[in-house]
Amino acid sequence: MKTQYQKAWFFVLPVMLLVAFNALIPIMTVVNYSVQETFGDNVFFWEGLGWFEKLLQSERFHAALGRQFMFTGLILVIEVPLGIAIALAMPRSGFWVPVCLVTMALPMLIPWNVVGAMWNIFTLPDIGLLGYFLNHTLGINYDMTQNPVAAWITIIIMDVWHWTSLVVLLSYAGLVSIPDAYYQAAKIDGASNWSVFRYIQLPKMKNVLTIAILLRFMDSFNIYTEVFVLTGGGPGNSTTLLSIDLVKIALGQFDLGPAAAMSLIYFAITLLVSWLFYTLMTKDDAK
Amino acid sequence: MQKRHIVPFVYILFLLLPIYWLVAMSFKTTNEILSGFSLFPQTFTLANYKVIFTDPSWYWGYINSIIYVSLNTVISILAALPAAYAFSRYRFLGDKQLFFWLLTNRMAPAAVFALPFFQLYSSVGLFDTHLAVALAHCLFNIPLAVWILEGFMSGVPKELDETAYVDGYSFPRFFATVFLPTIKAGVGVAAFFCFMFSWVELLLAKTLTAVAAKPIAAAMTKTASSAGYELGLLAAAGTLTIIPGAIVIYFVRNYIAKGFAMGRV
Repeated sequence: MKTQYQKAWFFVLPVMLLVAFNALIPIMTVVNYSVQETFGDNVFFWEGLGWFEKLLQSERFHAALGRQFMFTGLILVIEVPLGIAIALAMPRSGFWVPVCLVTMALPMLIPWNVVGAMWNIFTLPDIGLLGYFLNHTLGINYDMTQNPVAAWITIIIMDVWHWTSLVVLLSYAGLVSIPDAYYQAAKIDGASNWSVFRYIQLPKMKNVLTIAILLRFMDSFNIYTEVFVLTGGGPGNSTTLLSIDLVKIALGQFDLGPAAAMSLIYFAITLLVSWLFYTLMTKDDAK
Repeated sequence: MQKRHIVPFVYILFLLLPIYWLVAMSFKTTNEILSGFSLFPQTFTLANYKVIFTDPSWYWGYINSIIYVSLNTVISILAALPAAYAFSRYRFLGDKQLFFWLLTNRMAPAAVFALPFFQLYSSVGLFDTHLAVALAHCLFNIPLAVWILEGFMSGVPKELDETAYVDGYSFPRFFATVFLPTIKAGVGVAAFFCFMFSWVELLLAKTLTAVAAKPIAAAMTKTASSAGYELGLLAAAGTLTIIPGAIVIYFVRNYIAKGFAMGRV
């Protein structure tokens, strides 16, 4: 189909240079730090793979990684089905479609620290709308800064608020691309709502859902700003996700070696899991 | 209204509640906020907004953000257009590997890059400039722009290119006058996503700037430290950051969903 044309490389060159400048040089810096020890003054000592060994055995890293997987797991389990359900229930045409799309996309366009600040104001126990409602109207003792469970529920709800719309928009795009004839055929065959969903809608949404799940995985696994602004990783270390811990080590304690080793392991895990998702979800197409 | 429409209705209500609370807070006086709970502003005030629009350290934050976001969108789209065309039309050595490598950069945690970025941009003398942030955001925006544009371009039949060459068009003239207009929806969608991800990102933008190019999102952190905790001011600044996004999204409302649907995976 496509023509062989090696000079096409010239078309790709600007992109190559820009991304290489931003990706290769910093990654090499990180690799460089990860095998050395420094006591300041730009004096470095060879450390080999020491940092990696220490990190992989450290309790602190295991705990942060565990919290990160729990967060991402919960996010995917809640947002994907919820997003599909909302997309299925949305009107397919008429005045309300653009209204729905615009309001739903709104949270995604708010700067991430504003999202954190907004949810902070929203959940303050005595003067926030949600905080006041829970504490004074329902009488539930809710204080995010004291109770780890409350903090976890809050960051999960915040992310559901922030990103479920991405799944909705993508699923909706998949749904509207299904021709009416499919539904008419299903009606003639007397198919139930469930089989319409299972055999017509779901297969048609598969491509966009793959994108949605991949993007939600990457972004929730890399989440930093929103959670940091809202909880600061607390109470205690209960919401210190991987990236929050990483920034603490790198910019807070300035432990460059361990931070660099952690960065590389972090990046490797993101790549590996993304690749696994991608292979699993596109497996059937290859046959 | 059908019964199932209650689901999106409730969802939208849930989306709007925290936004309403932010906007309501921005019209309250600090006294009212600290004295207790009130559903609507009792003493409606514009004082918080007045502070932002009269203090240069506040309103320059907005100008800085808008400058580097626009710069990033232009750079990303200009670089991505020829690359997306190459990926959609030609096979060349290493094309698949290159495409995947580009996408992996979308997966890199910003926290990983914060410190090396600071050192890299300091060493080339770009620290605290708009260009530094615009270039840094290319890391995740260019792969996305290439991905989206490639999807749209693959939807254009190759016969269009061939007919144009037969008619005697040169490549640049064909690209600018025939090809670009046919994929303008795609350019709009790609520009929207570049704008969005550059506008909302803070970690890199904050790391790469100090004073001259400081983004609005970073300016907001000062409300927590100086003069106690001015929630009203914070809320007003937050409310103002929602507006550019809302305007942009209104213009591309019919294309957003389509943009991703056409991308290849």
